[in-house]
Amino acid sequence: MTAPASAASSAPSIPRERAARRVVPRVSAARVVLLTFTGLVLLYLVFPVFIVAPLSFSSAKYLQFPPPGLSLQWYQSYFSRPDWVAATWLSVRIGVITAVLATALGTAAALALVRGRFRGKDAINSFIVSPLIIPTIIVAIGVYFFYARIHIIGSPFALALAHTALAIPFVVINVSATLEGFDERLEWAAMNLGANRWQTFFKITLPIIRPGVFAGALFAFSTSFDELIVALFVSGAGAVTLPRKMWESLRLDIDPTIAAVSTILIVISVTILASAEALRLRSERMRTARVPDAARDAPGGAIQ
Amino acid sequence: MATAARAEQARRFERLERLTQRRYLLLLAPAVLFLVIFYGYPVAAMLLRSFNDPAWGFGNFKPLTAARTPIEILGVSLPMNAYLRVIGITLQIAVGTTIATLLLGYPVAYALASMPMSRANLLMIFVLVPFWTSILVRTYAWMALLGTDGIVNEVLMGLRLIDQPATLLNTRGAVYVGMVHILLPFMILPLYAVMRGIDRNLMRAAENLGARPWQVFRSVFLPLSLPGVAAGCLLVFILALGFYITPSLLGGQRDIMISMLIQQQVVQLKWGFASALALVLLVISLIIYLVFVRVLGVQRIFGGGRR
Repeated sequence: MTAPASAASSAPSIPRERAARRVVPRVSAARVVLLTFTGLVLLYLVFPVFIVAPLSFSSAKYLQFPPPGLSLQWYQSYFSRPDWVAATWLSVRIGVITAVLATALGTAAALALVRGRFRGKDAINSFIVSPLIIPTIIVAIGVYFFYARIHIIGSPFALALAHTALAIPFVVINVSATLEGFDERLEWAAMNLGANRWQTFFKITLPIIRPGVFAGALFAFSTSFDELIVALFVSGAGAVTLPRKMWESLRLDIDPTIAAVSTILIVISVTILASAEALRLRSERMRTARVPDAARDAPGGAIQ
Repeated sequence: MATAARAEQARRFERLERLTQRRYLLLLAPAVLFLVIFYGYPVAAMLLRSFNDPAWGFGNFKPLTAARTPIEILGVSLPMNAYLRVIGITLQIAVGTTIATLLLGYPVAYALASMPMSRANLLMIFVLVPFWTSILVRTYAWMALLGTDGIVNEVLMGLRLIDQPATLLNTRGAVYVGMVHILLPFMILPLYAVMRGIDRNLMRAAENLGARPWQVFRSVFLPLSLPGVAAGCLLVFILALGFYITPSLLGGQRDIMISMLIQQQVVQLKWGFASALALVLLVISLIIYLVFVRVLGVQRIFGGGRR
């Protein structure tokens, strides 16, 4: 968005220098205020995330700032307490089950929703993505009453199933986005060359939509890994997940162990974010790589 | 001869197409079936409970319409119809949070959208890192910041602005600070997406025609950005209505939101009443959603699988 240059190129009659002089000074005055404000808001967004790490290395017994000294005692406390470690592993296991189930179910559904033409498609689509909009407490107590009746409260697998329902929409949305730009002629070519539907899917379709599938799986995992409200109701005594353990710690005794846990979680989420960004960039590159193709097919022969 | 062959080919193609369509339904079935069992049916059965637990009728909705229903929450007795008050507080917090995120988010999205793509992507990390960080972790961070011995109090006392720690935690203000922090990315992201799509040449054209910068913004940019405003507000408002974790941990004894009330009723084994409250929450959310989609013409935000 280099305003002066493009302004000049779109209006060739105006001399370049004059256009530049006209635009630049006026921009800067209001812009300083805007950029300062933006900077402050962005600081508000990230500051709390970065304040947690220093707390976790504190040698103080309670929450204290600035930390009187450095220590790894809270990490030691986290890794040496079986309840924290068990909760973490349980959350990882439930997250993986959720990711696998939601990715399989969601990818298949996305294929059908993007490609298929059948009655009621809009309604089905709304139903599938509705867990995103409906307040989680509603889903949570619904599932709680249901699980209580069939006596599976406290089962980790049952909790993973409830999480899968919450995670499917993320997979459907991510995979659909990659499928929108998909050139189906690639599949026809494969089938023309003798591949059956399964071979076509695993050798042609899946490799192309892989970024969307991975992104969906990451979303699904982190949905489950961070989920508290359903877990509060359904986890009982047998499926105490990490968020529930953190919740109990926050409500009862805020010892800085939770700062260590939080720091570890932030590192994990930044890693997930970085992978998701990398996937997004890749899928964007793949889409732009197909643009000339689409341009050729467009009626005017060019996109603009 | 040639036409007959072509007709035959067309028929075969049509049959293949029908077969393919049927396969799509087969692909869709597992996800739909799963969601019906683990989401649709449980929620529907729960909502039905508001009419038939413990007895058929509207008994569960009576407490909402009664003029006075004394209620005790966390040991504090609230006067008047406390249930309606909780709904009122919930709406108030949701509206306040939506307005605050819009006021903070719009300028940020505007600034990011007017930057070169590479710089905007870099700054977007500041929006995405908190977005991907667990709500519990962020709420904990605010507890650490706002507590009596928290960082904000330490800094204020260090600067000698106050003599003794101020009560920042467990207040309505803390609820707003935490909720705005968590929901701000949900405002910035749709705003940014819409603003990026606005053709900058339109603003240059307005400028060329003699509009002042403020006029360009007000009569060209702002109207074009309204779909993003509507989408962001819808998303933030609906998510805010259902908040549970942040108000529970940052709020005071009077900052009860409807999700907390529902949880409380479930714990007290008043499942029918809890379901009735859930129905009220759902109806409010749906009304808001429909108003935005039908009246304001927001495209469905979560348009998975639409061309």
